Amino acid sequence: MSGRGGRTIRVDTLARVEGEGALYIKMAGERVAEVKLKIYEPPRLFEAFLRGRHFSEAPDITARICGICPIAYQMSAVHAIERALGIRVDPAVRLLRRLFYCGEWIESHCLHVYMLHAPDFLGYPDVIAMAQDHRAVVEKALRLKKIGNRIMQLLGGREIHPISVAVGGFYKTPTKHQLRDLVDDLEWALEASLATVRWTAGFQFPDFEQDYEFVALRHPDEYPFNEGRLVSNRNLDIDAAEYEDHFVELQVKHSNALHSVVRGRGSYLVGPLARFNLNFDKLPEVARNAAAEAGLRPPVKNLFRSIVVRAVELVFACAEALRVIREYEPPAAPRVEAPNRTGVGQAITEAPRGILYHRYALDEQGLIVTAKIVPPTSQNLRRIEDDLREYAAQLVAWPIEEATWKCEQAVRSYDPCISCATHFLKVVMEREDTRLGTEAC
Amino acid sequence: MSSESKRKPARKPKIGVFKFASCDGCQLSLLDAEDELLGVAEAVDIAYFPEASRTMLKGPYDIGLVEGSITTHDDAQRIQEVRRQCKTLITIGACATAGGIQALRNWKDVDQFIRIVYATPQYISTLKLSTPIAEHVPVDFELRGCPINKYQLIELITATLAGRKPNIPSYSVCIECKRKGNVCIAVAGGIACLGPVTQAGCGALCPSYDRGCYGCYGPMETPNTASLTSQLRILGQSDDQISRAFRGFNAWAWQFRKASEECERT
Repeated sequence: MSGRGGRTIRVDTLARVEGEGALYIKMAGERVAEVKLKIYEPPRLFEAFLRGRHFSEAPDITARICGICPIAYQMSAVHAIERALGIRVDPAVRLLRRLFYCGEWIESHCLHVYMLHAPDFLGYPDVIAMAQDHRAVVEKALRLKKIGNRIMQLLGGREIHPISVAVGGFYKTPTKHQLRDLVDDLEWALEASLATVRWTAGFQFPDFEQDYEFVALRHPDEYPFNEGRLVSNRNLDIDAAEYEDHFVELQVKHSNALHSVVRGRGSYLVGPLARFNLNFDKLPEVARNAAAEAGLRPPVKNLFRSIVVRAVELVFACAEALRVIREYEPPAAPRVEAPNRTGVGQAITEAPRGILYHRYALDEQGLIVTAKIVPPTSQNLRRIEDDLREYAAQLVAWPIEEATWKCEQAVRSYDPCISCATHFLKVVMEREDTRLGTEAC
Repeated sequence: MSSESKRKPARKPKIGVFKFASCDGCQLSLLDAEDELLGVAEAVDIAYFPEASRTMLKGPYDIGLVEGSITTHDDAQRIQEVRRQCKTLITIGACATAGGIQALRNWKDVDQFIRIVYATPQYISTLKLSTPIAEHVPVDFELRGCPINKYQLIELITATLAGRKPNIPSYSVCIECKRKGNVCIAVAGGIACLGPVTQAGCGALCPSYDRGCYGCYGPMETPNTASLTSQLRILGQSDDQISRAFRGFNAWAWQFRKASEECERT
């Protein structure tokens, strides 16, 4: 099939990603002629209808951009608005927000590692089929995932679109006793996460290293969730307020999608690989040791190994949750007052998939004048296409079906969340058909 | 025949999960049912669920779960095909049952909205309205919530397979508060709360966390929104605030729509 003529890798409905996308790679002989990651998810226009809403509504409204990482949206929203209002939260609230994020990372990473990504490495179409041969592994994964959800349920009432996050703090904060109830589960989860690192480290990884610009938050004392400067391995070191000076969204003719790039340089990578490579020294010892045993040393440049890095971040999230629970003393009040005033605030937090940028401008009544949101997947989109261009070239001699699956696997390595990305993406309406398949041309 | 049916297990019912404009949260509820997921997978054939599987089997399906609202010409056509392929069609979540938060465009000039978000508006193809599935095709059951309650989803699938009526109450959040023994935050705390007009299903989460219900399960059966509006005014809420409260995740549900528009008119 890789003879004189060209051939095409085509996946009309990308599976095991959040949201709706399609993949199209056209090869001409040994050369990759064209790569398109098409997005046909409809736009939902969040930045437009946020205008005129009160700032107190932003955490709940923006959570609805993504059912997979609602806490990330709530966190970036409250931090940006608190900055616009010039208010500081209680240190106990800060701790609880870290714990909340731990819950989301555990749930989301566990979902991705076991249910969306591992089936690729083991040759199954999905986790249900995988469970037929690996029942114990899947049951353990479900228990681990449930523990992440339990943290979110306790702090936020429910795991999808939790209801307790407020500008200035929380509507209600838990007691020490309630948090201590999580400890047994989290100790089990820590062990299960260590086993996840060992399990994923045993997979076969394609030999595919790229020279990435990694972009992540960096904090002087901790592995990043909610605070820190934005840094990269190419000397970027900025405050969230400077984000739009350094990053820009470009319109791309072939895909009709806006791609975020670093001004003057191009594509970049956000998410677990970037965080790990830029913050390895801030991981707790248990996570660093697990990484070392798995043969991970920063910088990890093989995209496919991101599944192991996600597992290391699971270890971190469990250890960090346990630390927070040990240190937690309830705040004097669940939240500080957040009076209406004019202001502009930006914030970046680390969603499971990478950095999430929010900016709000508020008027004197506390109503939103403008909002801007840049989700992690739209920041990775151009990098995904760059990777596919390189990677597909390695697959020219492969049977088309296997090459297709490998390219899907490469896309899934990013844990893309297309629902997030499309609140601003150009939508490609040309859906050829709904058939999953490949074709030679 | 009988000997063959002994050898062959009965065909498992086929389920398809279909996404329109949404956040993916409601279909994620199925994967979040950690204790039930493998049991569900044994009872049914999950034939089409792209978020979870590369295997995408063709219809027809015994049950179709539809998430999301209709916002594009393409999707308006696709839902017709999904309806043809599904024996029982169930909509899940506020987007599919009421148009979702994206229905806020329905009161605005959508072209202006698009200009706010997109640099080159002419590339965007979208409808002027975000509408629920039932405005396009007949729907057999609407499961409310933003997001849905995963236990209600399991109950609904179980009931549908058993051919019985699902046990999903249509009374208000107030009943759930009473059952939990919550002190009424509106009466005792003076906090604006949509609980009296909102359908139960969440377990009265917001009042249990010291905040007013924001109506994410949509209108209950026969809600008295006019009475609640008067009560909210007594609590000191401005008409703008009351209008915004009704204009949330179920803004386009006709009872909430009417209530928000009445506040705008006064």
